[in-house]
Order: sequence, then structure tokens, then C-alpha cells
Amino acid sequence: MIITQEIIKEWLDEVKDPEIPVLSLNDLGVITGIEIDSSDKVVVNMTPTFTGCPAMDAMQQDVKDVLEKRGVTDYEVIVSFETQWNSNMISEKGRKALKEFGLAPPPQHNMIVDIDIIERVSCPYCESDNTEMKTPFGPTLCRSIHYCNNCFQAFEQFKPI
Amino acid sequence: MNTEGIKDLLYKMADDQLIIGHRNSEWTGFGPLLEEDIAFSSMAQDKVGQSYQLYNILNELGEADPDTIAFMRNADQFHNCQLVELPNGEYDFSLVRHFLFDTAELLRFQMLSNSSFEPLANLSRKIKGETKYHSMHANIWIKQLGSATEESISRLQSALEYALPFALGIFEPSSHEQDLINEGIFEGEDALKNKWIEVITAVINETRLSLPDFKSITPVYGGRMGKHTEHLQPLLEEMSEVFKVDPTSDW
Repeated sequence: MIITQEIIKEWLDEVKDPEIPVLSLNDLGVITGIEIDSSDKVVVNMTPTFTGCPAMDAMQQDVKDVLEKRGVTDYEVIVSFETQWNSNMISEKGRKALKEFGLAPPPQHNMIVDIDIIERVSCPYCESDNTEMKTPFGPTLCRSIHYCNNCFQAFEQFKPI
Repeated sequence: MNTEGIKDLLYKMADDQLIIGHRNSEWTGFGPLLEEDIAFSSMAQDKVGQSYQLYNILNELGEADPDTIAFMRNADQFHNCQLVELPNGEYDFSLVRHFLFDTAELLRFQMLSNSSFEPLANLSRKIKGETKYHSMHANIWIKQLGSATEESISRLQSALEYALPFALGIFEPSSHEQDLINEGIFEGEDALKNKWIEVITAVINETRLSLPDFKSITPVYGGRMGKHTEHLQPLLEEMSEVFKVDPTSDW
């Protein structure tokens, strides 16, 4: 079989964010490049969602494991900040998966995140806009905590960044 | 490329992040309310993670690996400003320090996003988005408690007056300053300080707190050169305890 970038990308669909198991790394947007050089060496480039994300090592290992499982022996998985992740890089499919998981997807932004953007979030359960932010910091670095005044449910948002 | 100047800058920044990160983590389990407990713990995780990546760049420039740099130096080899090593004290001081330090930190990473030293520019573009959350958090509480009750206002005012000389120590000049400016690596501590004063003043003006004339304050320098208060060495000993017992331990 001839390995292409598309095939590798498809394989990586099975690697999920360990803290949000419904979201693949592809949909999260942390896979920033897949290269195959003339000697068939596979190079996968990744970038962290948050600089201090403790799940990064696990994700890097999961990518290596998938490549191994598919019989790729010559590979390198590089984590770097050359491309800086932002929450606009989460795919439409990923945003849908987040919502179904009960985590409000981050609003699209023009790279200027202020308090209005973080506070203006729809409830992932009842879709009401009558919500309020409880704290911009949550159980993981990438989540904030909110409350819905319509369905009286506390919920989390994947933070816009 | 001015490697010595870049290393000097990176050590200051990485040590600041590590030490303030450790101090923030001391609020875990002790926050005055649950949300603050989570906030300071979360910021601690961000800052320690950021220090790790800054130490990584130093490692690429030929310095030891991040764990060795973080855990094996003594206080006089640290380049953090003294502001970040001071004990947490009560919430008023921690909040004021958070406000004064994180404002400078956010501005620094914003400035370094345009650095001619590409690895630092890339990392700064990432970190400035995270630090924005820290700065917003500090501003909200300063504005709220700085205009609330007589007690909250007087506590913050005393904490502010105590912290400001140390805060000015963030901008302690270095001998590499002019070279870094000339090479487009960093606009310099003076430029940073001027922007910082502008932002700090704008936030304080929205409260019932008051700022003294900055010219009347004598900055506490020394931290950048390895001169520290008696509070840093015990912090380092606590931080490196596990590593020193078993350097190969993992968790």
C-alpha cells in the first residue's frame, strides 16, 4: 500500500483528546502537518492547545502508537509552537461533538478575546442564551464554568483562545 | 544572534513563571472561595507549563534540560524578580501581586510576539492568549474589591503600597538591554515599564484605590542578578524535594 497524507490523516481520526474522548485530534486542530519524505519517512507535526496542557505527552504517544499499529516504522512526531493553536481551529464536526458531549463549543473570534466573548455562550443542553459565567477557569486549562438560567444547569465551555 | 542576551532574557522570564506558578499553586485548597481556588490553581498550571517551554528554548541554546535547570539550582542562580518569590500572605497581597505581575507578563509576551528571535516569538504568540485570561481575572477582582467596602479598599491599598517597589523590580535593567533592542529581539524593560504604568493606572483609576507617584518609589532590584529575599531558598527546597529524593521519579 502506498501511504499518503490523506491515509495518515484518516488513521489519526481514531486518536482522541484524552480529556474529551469524543473529539479527534484532527477535529481539535492540533495536527498541523503531515509529511512523507522521499525515503517514506512519516513526519507528523502537532501543537498544544495550551502551553501547559498535561495531555500533550499522551496525545503525542497515541499518535506514535497509531503509526506503529499501522506498520509505519520510520516516523517522527514533533510537538512545536511554529503554528500556534487557537480555538477557531476546531472543525465544524468537532464543534458538534463538543456540544453533544455537553461542552459548549468556543465562539469563533477575530483573535481578540475579551470578557464579552467568553460570557456570551449558549447552553449546550437547551440552547438558551440566558446564561452567566461563573468562572473563566475550570477543571482543565481549556474549560470555563457557566450556568444556564433557563434550564438551571451548570455547564462548561471549551474556552475561546 | 546575541545568544548571551537571549539566554539572560529567557532565564528571567522562565524563572518568573516557575516561581509565581509555584506561589499560585499554594492557593490550591486554601482559596477564599472555590472559584478562586480553581483560578489560582489553573493559572499555576499555565505558568509552570510556560516556564517549561521557556526552559526548553534555553535547552536548545545549550543549557541543561528543563528539570535540571528548574530543580538543581540554588536561590543565587535564579533570575526571577523578588516580587514573585514573596510569600502569598493574605488574599489581598496575592491579588495585588497577581494584578501587577500579570499585567507586565501579558504586555511582555505581546511585545515578544514580534521578536526577531523566532522560537520566542512563536511561543509568545501562544502564551499571550493564555495570559490574557490571567490578566482579565486580576482586573475584574481589582475593580470589584477596589470599590467595595472600606475594609477591602484599605487592605488592597496597603498591599499595593507594599508591592509596588517590588513590582518595579520586574523591570530591572540588564547589561544586554541595548543589544536586544538593536537586534529587534525585545523592545526593552523601559518600554515595557512605560506600557505597564499606563495599563496599571487605567485600571486603578476605575477604583477607589490610588497610586503614588512612580518617581517617588525606589525599585527593589537584585532579583535579576541572583540577589533574593530569604523566602526563595525554602520555596526551592520544597519544590525540588521529590526530584532530589529520586531524580528518575515520574508521576
